[in-house]
Amino acid sequence: MRKSWWKILCVILLLYTFIGGFLMDVPRLPALSETIRNLYFHVCMWFCMMILFTASVVYAIRYLRSNQLTDDIYSRHFAAVGIVFGVLGYATGSIWMSYTWADPNNSSFQSFGAVAREPKLIGAAIALLIYFAYMVLRDSISDIDKRARISAVYNIFAFALLFPTIWIIPRILPSLHPGGENGNPALDTKDIDSRMRLVFYPAVIGWTLLGVWITSLKIRLSLLKEKRMLQ
Amino acid sequence: MRKIKYLSTLIISLLLTVINHAQNDKAEMADTMRSNGRIYVVVAVVVLILLGLFLYLLRLDKKITRIEKNNS
Repeated sequence: MRKSWWKILCVILLLYTFIGGFLMDVPRLPALSETIRNLYFHVCMWFCMMILFTASVVYAIRYLRSNQLTDDIYSRHFAAVGIVFGVLGYATGSIWMSYTWADPNNSSFQSFGAVAREPKLIGAAIALLIYFAYMVLRDSISDIDKRARISAVYNIFAFALLFPTIWIIPRILPSLHPGGENGNPALDTKDIDSRMRLVFYPAVIGWTLLGVWITSLKIRLSLLKEKRMLQ
Repeated sequence: MRKIKYLSTLIISLLLTVINHAQNDKAEMADTMRSNGRIYVVVAVVVLILLGLFLYLLRLDKKITRIEKNNS
């Protein structure tokens, strides 16, 4: 166990998220009702994904400056775990939406046509597909240095495309998703209830630390593998 | 490990004492589930699963550390 204090913090914050998230008071809103608690889980997936992708692009730039292969390994694993959290965010979002957005008189399957037009959904799908392409691109190049360089450059493009696809376009178009045309709902202190902020902020930190923990394990494993290849 | 156990039991016992204020409002909330205490069953299950996953992650971490020590 290396540097274990933040791992303990991660465990504590996530336990608090799950216990507080289920038991503490939330605003009573029509249509959302108890599903508002998904803020502690679904939204945190996207926060965690965004932070991991940012770490990934930072290591990609570091690789281009230093040409150290370890930076490339860091960059790859941050992106991989970011994708996992992104897919989880997408999947949880689709469950949540089929109970809150779908027409109550129709089954969620029948109102799919209306729901699938959501700009946020399409944007998030494009962003994730771009990162899938990153993985495909990486693994299709066998030369180690070339792979590292090309994927580092692609990583920067992929990160740049995250902003229009999930942050800008869904905010310009009319959308059912919160934060349509009126800013950022999760970070706006006037929009989010103060009781929910009590759990939401620790939840974001806890989930992010969990993502970093998993990434660190993957990085250490692949550094070991690299070392064995050199011997 | 003992520290983690101690801290987690402390937090669980603190949070179990949180009292929910019932309000009269239009939104349909799971108030019956809260009043008969069944919500604690859900929380217990979820927390157990979470602890199991953490245990798994910790064991993986320790295993990798051991391999790192053997390699160097």
